[in-house]
Amino acid sequence: MPIEIDIAHVARLARLDLSQEELEGYKAQLGAILDHAAKVQSLEGDPVVEASHPLRFENAFRDDVVRPSLDRDEVLAQAPGAVDGFFAAPPAMEAG
Amino acid sequence: MSTENGSLFDLTIVEAGARLRSGETTAVELLEAVLDRAHRTEAQLHAYLTLDREGAREAAEQADTQLAGGNDLGPLHGIPMALKDNMCTRGLETTAASQILSGYHPPYDATVVSRLRSGGAVIVGKTNLDEFAMGSSTENSAYGPSFNPWDISRVPGGSSGGSAAAVSAGSAFAALGSDTGGSIRQPASLTGIVGLKPTYGTVSRYGLIAFASSLDQIGPLTRSVGDAALVLEAIWGHDPLDSTSYSGGYPDPSADLAKGVEGLRVGVVREFAGEGYEPAVEEATAKTLDALSGAGARVVEVSLPTVDIALSAYYLVAPAEASSNLARFDGIRYGLRVDGSTTEELMARTRAQGFGPEVTRRILLGTYALSAGYYDAFYGQAQRVRAALREEFDAAYGQVDVLVSPTSPTVAFRAGDKVDDPLSMYLTDICTNPLNLVGHPGISVPVGLDEQGLPVGFQVMAPALGETVMFQVAAEVERLAEFTQRPVLAEVAG
Repeated sequence: MPIEIDIAHVARLARLDLSQEELEGYKAQLGAILDHAAKVQSLEGDPVVEASHPLRFENAFRDDVVRPSLDRDEVLAQAPGAVDGFFAAPPAMEAG
Repeated sequence: MSTENGSLFDLTIVEAGARLRSGETTAVELLEAVLDRAHRTEAQLHAYLTLDREGAREAAEQADTQLAGGNDLGPLHGIPMALKDNMCTRGLETTAASQILSGYHPPYDATVVSRLRSGGAVIVGKTNLDEFAMGSSTENSAYGPSFNPWDISRVPGGSSGGSAAAVSAGSAFAALGSDTGGSIRQPASLTGIVGLKPTYGTVSRYGLIAFASSLDQIGPLTRSVGDAALVLEAIWGHDPLDSTSYSGGYPDPSADLAKGVEGLRVGVVREFAGEGYEPAVEEATAKTLDALSGAGARVVEVSLPTVDIALSAYYLVAPAEASSNLARFDGIRYGLRVDGSTTEELMARTRAQGFGPEVTRRILLGTYALSAGYYDAFYGQAQRVRAALREEFDAAYGQVDVLVSPTSPTVAFRAGDKVDDPLSMYLTDICTNPLNLVGHPGISVPVGLDEQGLPVGFQVMAPALGETVMFQVAAEVERLAEFTQRPVLAEVAG
């Protein structure tokens, strides 16, 4: 079963700015990997899919208590851009 | 290889701890032996990305002061250990071997790091890995590959290859790695040491840079089974900072180490043999099974037919989760930024430049597998395979106490042999990744050398929270194998 991959669309979804040549290379590799991965469709039967955790416990909740968190300045010191206690980035949308 | 220190760097944690407490040696001496060994071997092995000599010396001095004052913090007190560089260390660069995190100094310690520190361990440095732990050879590191101490033309396995090379060569007494599809057990097997993936949920993932959250688990790489149990006891336990952390009762991994295997039922997984398995691996496995029988175990064959498609499921689930987890690397909050005129352009350029080829490939694969129209055929079906696999393992454990197999179908392969063929690289994890899909523990124990002098590992598997019986069998395998060889490296000052 040949698998159709719109690689430019996938790269856009993944926020990866790849060249046409890179896209072609990845498309061929993904095709081969997905051919192998498609073997999952040979599974017989229809087992009940539960949570993936082997110990199957209930969801974890913590008490609603204020606790100290990471220091803001220390965190922002790792950012490529920070202004006035905020992360700095270019506009999310083009002007106009 | 013997030095004035009597090869201090080659001791087990248990042996080093005894010498520390008898006053025969000090934490500072242990550390200097390890740093000296790193100095002489790093040029060949490249096990470390960062050596924290200064921080380690301070910690070792403090450990000696504490011990002298009667303040014994436990079995890891004063022991020099290494950390895979995907575990956050406060103020110490943590890169996950990626350009996208170059220069990142975390503002916090991972829970496992805090636990090692409070147990008195001395953190020597951060070890090399495949970028974001994606790989089986440590060749996908953005900072250059690591090599195998037994033959430096070969890979140490991966993705925890730096940790494995360091422990095998003696530039750390033990190390932590992370195992998403075999990334602790396979490199341990290829470098002749012990590697453990504990039950999912028992070791906190807080501060572990996430690859595939439902599969990732931290564990130790050590030079003995007993050492692995000691490190496990130090790092595991409930952590409120990890919502998947198990909060019930924990077993005692050391309880039955000396008990032997008399009367235990050992299941040999039929599917982990045949085509693709090297004769030396099959011979070492057969010899170990004979020895276990001779020691009183009942060895039977068990079939787990779904493991034949487990790898296919793994290469859908792991990339799908990776594509989601790695969305956080966007050039905004930490690490690399490549400028653009809009936020989206900045993100897409940063990610294209910051991620290496294998990470890019897996992000694309995972994004595709989760995208509209393909989700059920790929990701949904992979989850059903996972459920079927768990049913088979559960049924098998109704009949046997542990399951066993080779850890890897091959011994260490040559550097460069598989880098251009992703699928052949993926196949090296065929015996290990089913346990990540079901969340069960597994340990690799070295059982011999092939005719080229390369180590072969043997895997012992147990049900969830079955660490006690797993360690019981692993300890007997270690005794029966009498594997005492260490790699002989030409020492070259680095």
